Amino acid sequence: MKYLCLVYSDEQDLHGLPESPKDSECAAYAESLVRSGHMVAGEALQSVHTATTVRVRSGEVQITDGPFAETKEQLAGFYMIEARDLNEALRIAQGIPPARVGSIEVRPVRQLQVD
Amino acid sequence: MATDITSELQQVYKAHSRRVLATLIRLLRDFDLAEEALHEAFTCALEQWPRDGIPDNPTAWLVSTGRFKAIDQIRRQRRFAGMQHLLDEAPIDPQEAPFSDDDRLPDDRLRLIFTCCHPSLNPQARTALTLREVCDLTTEEIAAAFLTKPATIAQRIVRAKRKIQSAAIPYEVPGPSELPGRLDSVLQVIYLVFNEGYSASSGSDLVRRHLAGEGIRLCRLVLELLPQAEVRGLLALMLLQHSRRDARYDKDGDIILLEDQDRSLWQTGEIAEGCALVRRALTGPTSGPYALQAAIAAIHAEAPSWSDTDWPQIVGLYDALLARQNSPVIALNRAVANAMVEGPDAALAAVDRLLANPALAQYFPAFAARAELQRRLGHYADAGHSYRRALELTHQAPERRYIERQMAACHQRL
Repeated sequence: MKYLCLVYSDEQDLHGLPESPKDSECAAYAESLVRSGHMVAGEALQSVHTATTVRVRSGEVQITDGPFAETKEQLAGFYMIEARDLNEALRIAQGIPPARVGSIEVRPVRQLQVD
Repeated sequence: MATDITSELQQVYKAHSRRVLATLIRLLRDFDLAEEALHEAFTCALEQWPRDGIPDNPTAWLVSTGRFKAIDQIRRQRRFAGMQHLLDEAPIDPQEAPFSDDDRLPDDRLRLIFTCCHPSLNPQARTALTLREVCDLTTEEIAAAFLTKPATIAQRIVRAKRKIQSAAIPYEVPGPSELPGRLDSVLQVIYLVFNEGYSASSGSDLVRRHLAGEGIRLCRLVLELLPQAEVRGLLALMLLQHSRRDARYDKDGDIILLEDQDRSLWQTGEIAEGCALVRRALTGPTSGPYALQAAIAAIHAEAPSWSDTDWPQIVGLYDALLARQNSPVIALNRAVANAMVEGPDAALAAVDRLLANPALAQYFPAFAARAELQRRLGHYADAGHSYRRALELTHQAPERRYIERQMAACHQRL
């Protein structure tokens, strides 16, 4: 079963605290998930200041600056993982280094109903 | 003969239906399908047992039959795309491949409890789901206990089951590294169930009182399957609190405080069992919060009277609790106990310091305790004010009547 682990954090805390993870630590964790066969895909994201939001309303494209919702914690990266069940997904999520300064939202992937 | 079997079947249902359900949930990996299968299995038993006699192992027979019926239904309806695994591993006929892993049955109940109390479910849903699936209370009974509508409870249960299915919350007892945290969540649900019944104030409200017994039963089951110190501690705590049930209210349903209770009404059997459990729970290297609270309850239970109670030891136990968990509510209880050691003056000063904490600003027992201490010191006007504040913070009828009586008494002394 696939789960998306969304990494949220205050962008200051993500890099500015003593317990903030270094890139090398994040890369090592991602690499360990690749080796254990749990990693489907994962990336860290540029700062939320680089975000652009696209909407289509009545056929018209609207492009705006910034993220969809202004919140204290921003989406900082994601891991798409393969796990046996939620307990295994939660074990993987608690090892994601930014969990120490932000939070990881674990969401099961939904199969599109195309029948 | 037929009526004998019917009554025996009722007994089997009462004793084993939750075990059968738990195993069916593991085998079928679907709550609703398992509930239907349970129902089908008992319907079959009602037809076949009077004719063929009761099978040697009725529980295993019910599991096999329920599983067979469920698979049959999936085949006929072809309704679940994701259930191929069941068809692949299914026996052709229940009699040909009898259900044999009987020794996994108790584990299945523990698995079910951990699933129902999974921290990814919302806390209210955990309690409702546990009472429904593990304790077999109806949605109406759960609603009555929590003073809410059956539709609300039903919806909570439906949503929780849907989340278990779609997020793949597993049906398992967590491994050693996760067990402490997950067990906390289970014990919390059990204590909540118990407290909902324990704090039930009107004697006519049988469903709520029934819950206290249900909490104890559930804890016994967990202890039997998972003999850990904190489970023992919680069972002890509940037994010791429950042992006072006949002394806590008078015939009009008015509260009788611990210090005024007729101790001959306390249940000695439960006290003996509770105290023995506490002693075992406290033998480990570190004592958990339930064991420590149970130890305090045990000291009260063994004391001949309120004044002849080992108060210094109670204060020491509160200190141990505070060292584990710096909670203002525990600090308040410590202050009140300390009044019996260092006197009401010191206790009142401590309570006033604690009331500066916003967490206690709306907490009824804090103002009731403050009023009590002021009354003991003869500060009747101050006590009256504190009782008035306490009265604003509670809606429970017996608590309100108690506070009103105290207020009137203070007023007379002015």
